[in-house]
Amino acid sequence: MWQFFHKLGSPKWFYGIAARLMPWLLGFGVILLGGGLVWGLAFAPQDYLQGNSYRIIFIHVPSAFLAQSVYVMMAAAGVITLVWRMKLADVFVKAVAPVGAVLTFLALFTGAVWGKPTWGTWWIWDARLTSMLILLFLYFGVIALGNAIADEKSAARAVAVLTLVGVVNIPIIKYSVEWWNTLHQPATFKLTEKPSMPMEMWVPLLLSVLGLYLLFGWLALLRMQTEILHRERRARWVQERVSA
Amino acid sequence: MTAMLKLPRLTRQQDVLPVLPACWAVLRRDLLSSIRRRQELFNPLIFFVMVVALFPLGVSPEVAFLREAGAGILWVAALLSTLLSLDHLFRHDYEEGVLEQLLLQPQPLYLLVLTKVIAHWLVTGVPLIIMAPLLGVMVHLDGNSIKYLCLTLLLGTPVLSFIGAIGAALTLGLKSAGILLSLLIIPLYIPVLIFGTGTVMAANEGLAIGSYLALLGALLVLALTCAPFAAAAALRISVSNS
Repeated sequence: MWQFFHKLGSPKWFYGIAARLMPWLLGFGVILLGGGLVWGLAFAPQDYLQGNSYRIIFIHVPSAFLAQSVYVMMAAAGVITLVWRMKLADVFVKAVAPVGAVLTFLALFTGAVWGKPTWGTWWIWDARLTSMLILLFLYFGVIALGNAIADEKSAARAVAVLTLVGVVNIPIIKYSVEWWNTLHQPATFKLTEKPSMPMEMWVPLLLSVLGLYLLFGWLALLRMQTEILHRERRARWVQERVSA
Repeated sequence: MTAMLKLPRLTRQQDVLPVLPACWAVLRRDLLSSIRRRQELFNPLIFFVMVVALFPLGVSPEVAFLREAGAGILWVAALLSTLLSLDHLFRHDYEEGVLEQLLLQPQPLYLLVLTKVIAHWLVTGVPLIIMAPLLGVMVHLDGNSIKYLCLTLLLGTPVLSFIGAIGAALTLGLKSAGILLSLLIIPLYIPVLIFGTGTVMAANEGLAIGSYLALLGALLVLALTCAPFAAAAALRISVSNS
């Protein structure tokens, strides 16, 4: 266990392990997300209230789910950066922050598309929507701060402090639909409780969420590899790999 | 035996770190230096008044609209003018090397940062609160709304200073610090804005405002206890960077 933890400090070792993991993540991710989407979009029953328009849920919920998880992961990596000064934690934050921003945007966009037929409006200043918008701004802030500081180590620690401060927003997003009586419906998807929707809708949704997580893992590793190559560009193993 | 273990005895002065005198010195110095930089003291205040004046001119001078939107306008203007003043919360000290001395003090940096933020609030937040009733009358708020507006500003502007201190510390020494500071801090300001204006609107409609005030108070306590930690950590990062 501790050996594993220490090895994580070595970019070269991580590069190798990532290369071995990535095909699996990509393969299972494509199968799960593809299966979930095909099942959800083509075969799942219509909703008795919303008809076919509810089907965007199979994209909306996974992206919203992941947009928040990515921020929490970044905050966890921020703690690791501040406490153990581990380089890879910072590589992770730098690699996934734009991915998180895109996912947040995707969740907001699909939500708007879904809102038009069901609520009759593209946008409303509802608590859940507003707090997701704040999350998008927080991602922008993290990316901007990381780019503004030239020194790599200081940038890593400054970004870590900022992600930790911003993580206050996550519980606000999570509970906004319960604390405030607003337009957005309560969470449709909980792993801990018996689902409120029929199994034929719930299972493909679960598959899409898991599939997107795996694909995110693949993308994160890929972007981390790129970042590692860039940072270690003077190391011999990188030069050998590139020239080979 | 005892002779071998002769350690320097702590004198009484070294025994107890003089925390309060140090904080008092920081407060006094900060207040003095902001009074001597008079222009910086007045700029955010003039900005506050001008932003408020833009709304009747730009949107609508009608009494009904202003009465409806007045509290929100004042809150947004207060928020923007706080942002404007944040940039030199640590900058002068940083450029003059005072900040490094502050980091080297034996007293906890948490308390020194706390004192600096309080000093900042005294010279930027308090004037805003004093100006608010006058501007409130200009946007046709009634007496009750003005009372609650001032109360929410009293609870909310320190939170703005505390959260802003984190951003100011993080962006210290960067080239385009001002715009980056706004980008980092505005998302964190939004809850304060929501509860601040929410209180006045609820009071206008005769609803209970206890929960709003409690939430604002909770934000204040959270900012007071946590933000100086984050700002102190950010200061250490920024100073070690230079």
